[in-house]
Amino acid sequence: MTVTTDAVALGEWVACGWPGKVPVGGHWDTVILGQQVRATRTAADSYEVFTLDRTGTPGRQLPVQSRYCCIFTTLSEPKRPLPEISEFAEPDRRLVNSGCVGVNTSPYRLIENFLDMAHFPFVHTDILGAEEQTEVASYKVEHRKEVDEIWATDCQFFQPAASKAATGGQMTKYVYRIMSPFSIMLYKTVHGDPGRNDAICLFIQPRDETDCLAYMPMALVDAVSTTESMIDFQQTIFLQDRVILENQRPALMPLDLTAEIPTKADVGSVTFRRWLKQSGIWFGTSEKAAA
Amino acid sequence: MALKLYDYTLSGSCYKVRLLLGFLELTYTREQVDFYPGRRHKSLDFLAINPLGQLPVLEDGDLRLRDAQAILCHLANKYDKTGKWLPRDPATFGTVMMWLMFAGGEIMAASAARLHDLLGYDLDIAAARNSAHAAFRILDDHLALREIAGAQWIAGDHPTVADVACYPYVALAGDGGIGHEDYPALRNWLRVFRTIPHFDPMSGIPEFA
Repeated sequence: MTVTTDAVALGEWVACGWPGKVPVGGHWDTVILGQQVRATRTAADSYEVFTLDRTGTPGRQLPVQSRYCCIFTTLSEPKRPLPEISEFAEPDRRLVNSGCVGVNTSPYRLIENFLDMAHFPFVHTDILGAEEQTEVASYKVEHRKEVDEIWATDCQFFQPAASKAATGGQMTKYVYRIMSPFSIMLYKTVHGDPGRNDAICLFIQPRDETDCLAYMPMALVDAVSTTESMIDFQQTIFLQDRVILENQRPALMPLDLTAEIPTKADVGSVTFRRWLKQSGIWFGTSEKAAA
Repeated sequence: MALKLYDYTLSGSCYKVRLLLGFLELTYTREQVDFYPGRRHKSLDFLAINPLGQLPVLEDGDLRLRDAQAILCHLANKYDKTGKWLPRDPATFGTVMMWLMFAGGEIMAASAARLHDLLGYDLDIAAARNSAHAAFRILDDHLALREIAGAQWIAGDHPTVADVACYPYVALAGDGGIGHEDYPALRNWLRVFRTIPHFDPMSGIPEFA
């Protein structure tokens, strides 16, 4: 494994662990974009990250931020800050850390799956979708140039059990927000309080082009459910996705829009792939021959 | 009778117990344990419940049991009035026990591979996958001979606790990067297992084996 030379990928913040993963004084070794790194918990809320060379000797120190139940670092000069997700600062929110799960595919396959509603009835049957209600209603997608994010709005889907708090089926409204090639989140209707939205994130740690760790922190409005059951809900959903994701071929994301045939429900994915292509990123894509 | 299961949804060993509870149509309460990322199964509170720090644990009234295989036998012994899930006849009992031990032993290599790929456990993944393949080869050979003899279950002419114990980590092997391609009899058995009344699938088990 060698560190990528993709300058676009190197200039992003990526997750590399979560607060409290090890006791104070402890450390863990991991890999980001092909680079071995060591993260050390130097105090209760303080972390340091260094690169490691092939012999395990620490090299240069990397920037660190601890936000949204994740530890973030970057290998280069970040071209954008971490996104602002105000829900994580609201006092009545339950912040849920589900750890991370390994997935052998391109980071963008993960983003795209998170963005997709059409699979709900088939992969998350009787939870996020029902087999007799499969329609993806028309939704809007826009590239918000001022923040360089992609937003999908006016999304809605019938869900038999939309969250741990749900007690029956509901028409759930979604807003999706792609914040970087390696991070996406959604806002979805809170069960019992349609005026507020649960915030659910997916931060990807690309260890290599088709070797990722997925973090799924959430900021939920739910005074009732136990933490165990909220983690359980999220992990159950994610493992249903994982078996599908690892079987998608090619694992590397094709950015040539003629490589796969999208439908109207895929407009979010089409916009995402076009945005990736325009960014010049090639890490994790099948476009390397042309790069 | 009050049955309580200390449970983690993504655990294949807990799934063994949930499957049989379902097949026997038993009602029970679940105490969810934050196995990951919380590692609550290694907490002092939980070690008081199971000093091995492992899931599942079943409480049946005053009786507290660990080990999925032991729990399966207890449930079948106490609650299955047909006697089919834990056959007592001399021709079948020993075979059922043999494969039950195999499920708690050799097949657990597939669980190790899954923990590595899924949750980042630090272990020799190549060795785990090799051991799992060796175990699958042995079970596939057995099931192939059963097919030739006109049978489709591990022992006897109906599912037993041996099938229930072997199923989860065979079915979930893909989570650990272990394919079923080389095991045709195993795939047939995985399909027929899903036809058991009250079968409930689990995340990570492919819909079409």
